[in-house]
Amino acid sequence: MKTKVAVILGMAAMVVAAACGGGQPEPVVPAIDSTAIRDSIARAEARRRAYEDSVARARAEAERLARERAEAERLAAAMTAEVRTMLGTMVNFDYDRSAIRMGRDTEVLQQKLSLLQANPAVMLEIVGHCDERGSDEYNQALGMRRATAAKKWLTDRGIADGRITVRSMGEEQPMNPASNEAAWAQNRRDEFRITAGGDRLVKPAGM
Amino acid sequence: MMRRRCLVLLVLCLSWAATAVAQDPVEQGVRIGITYTPGLRPGMLVLGGPQSAALDSVRAILRRDLEFSDQFEVITLPSGDSSVLGISAVSGSGSGPTAEQTLFVNYSLHAALGADYTVAVLPSGEAGTVAVVAYDVRGETERLRRRLALTDPASEAFRMAVHRAADEVVRAATGQPGIAATQVLFVSQGRLYRVDADGVGLVQISPPGVTAFSPAWDPSGRRAVYAELRDGWGTLYVHDFELGRRTLVRPTAEELDIAAAFAPDGQTLAFSRVAESGTDIYRYNLARDCCLERLTVGRLSDNLSPTFSPDGRQIAFVSTRAGGQQIYVMSADGTGQELFAPFDYGVTGNSNAPEWSPDGMQLAFHRDVAGSPQVFLMDTRSRTVRQLTSYGRNEDPTWAPDGRHLAFVSSRTGRRQVWIIDIETGRVRQLTTVGDARLPAWSPRIGQ
Repeated sequence: MKTKVAVILGMAAMVVAAACGGGQPEPVVPAIDSTAIRDSIARAEARRRAYEDSVARARAEAERLARERAEAERLAAAMTAEVRTMLGTMVNFDYDRSAIRMGRDTEVLQQKLSLLQANPAVMLEIVGHCDERGSDEYNQALGMRRATAAKKWLTDRGIADGRITVRSMGEEQPMNPASNEAAWAQNRRDEFRITAGGDRLVKPAGM
Repeated sequence: MMRRRCLVLLVLCLSWAATAVAQDPVEQGVRIGITYTPGLRPGMLVLGGPQSAALDSVRAILRRDLEFSDQFEVITLPSGDSSVLGISAVSGSGSGPTAEQTLFVNYSLHAALGADYTVAVLPSGEAGTVAVVAYDVRGETERLRRRLALTDPASEAFRMAVHRAADEVVRAATGQPGIAATQVLFVSQGRLYRVDADGVGLVQISPPGVTAFSPAWDPSGRRAVYAELRDGWGTLYVHDFELGRRTLVRPTAEELDIAAAFAPDGQTLAFSRVAESGTDIYRYNLARDCCLERLTVGRLSDNLSPTFSPDGRQIAFVSTRAGGQQIYVMSADGTGQELFAPFDYGVTGNSNAPEWSPDGMQLAFHRDVAGSPQVFLMDTRSRTVRQLTSYGRNEDPTWAPDGRHLAFVSSRTGRRQVWIIDIETGRVRQLTTVGDARLPAWSPRIGQ
């Protein structure tokens, strides 16, 4: 029974095939809407271009930001270095004296005062030095007096006592080992070292 | 002939000294106090024979020690003559190899040569030893016989043994031992060195890489205290010469502590603490490792460089309480602080580095005169001050145990070196020849 049905279907198929054979007209191909396609392509293209443009803009913006950041970084580093130098500027003393001299030395300390106020995290160490002429042992005491004089100048003007430590090197570390008045004048000094909070330093407005 | 030449030299020396004194600016009321009394010193003849390398090295050290004692006119004969005098006079006190040799001393001949004393170095008769013999020429007697083991002539033990014999010869002649068996500590380019009093045997004491400062001996001569400076800190250490190592003075670990001095009991230290509140003198019981005491309270002044009186009852020190640096004194417990060395306010220069003499009668220190430090002495009872040096910069005096020699730092040849002056005669000699020497400290007699 099943076989019979299959044979009939096969024959029917052959008839249909013969009927469709030669002598029949060309089949009609449906017309293509090329404008729509072009538009679609153009839209895709535009989207792509827009995407690329935005990537480029973003990249440029990122680069600009990076440049600005680097510039800011550079300026900050330069300012930090400048402030460090200013904070490190030495003051000098008269022979066998520990009094801060009016003029250049008080200007140097005034600058440090402003910088310490603008940079509240900075901790300072002041180290007093002497020339070779005084008594070797007394020079240790004199160096301490010199360091303490600069500290007092700053703390008297509002810098917290705990931000500044003092030490003395006596005459043990001359800047200039020569034995003449010029060398001695150089060697009678306070050195200033930043011991903490010196990574990023700012100058107060107007400096 | 020789004597005449000596006399000419002497006159030259004296006239030079006189002009030097005349040219120096001298503070008013200060006397330059060197009394030259050459020619009054007893003659000391060191005999040359019998000769051998070992005997000759003993003689060489002995002769130099006697010379450096500044107490004798050391009589040197041409070596042949000296040998002949020595050898020809030798006679055995027995026979055989163990017989100790003695001299037949021709006292009248030695007296004619100007000798008050004669020293001979003889084979002792015992293998490996020599005898140092001292004769009193006027008394015509043997005064001293000291046997020495002959070890390596270059060793410190050998040199010190000869120095001790020399000191005994000085004692036999003068009643007081010499100072040959002593040593001087000093600092050169941050290193602590020790050298024998004759300038031989220089050794570095401080460990490498540290900056040493302000040494001082303990009264036994076996230890010394000094500071090590490091980045603005100063820590005190006691160095033991026998053990060859140093021990931290506990409470000085994290301060700026310098300029320590041992009390005569060898148990107590006084030192200077440099702090923000001022520099003050502290006392610490080293033997019990306890009891840090502050002796001065100078809020607006600095107090430093303590030195104990030999009885241990007083401490002289430097204080800036009147402005400049001047010498003060107090009881060892800090009470009774008063001015010690008088000065004219605003006129007298800064005074520093006091050191009490071994007999307690004098205080040596340096004081600025016309911009240069000079060594001064003060009579501790009358408190009269006299200036001892005047040529170049002269500072940081330290007493020899005989109380008549001082070592001090002088720049008279250009570079700072340690020099020694005999305050009785004014004779000076250079002790060190290193790059730069300062902060000397003269030991007590070593091993006596």
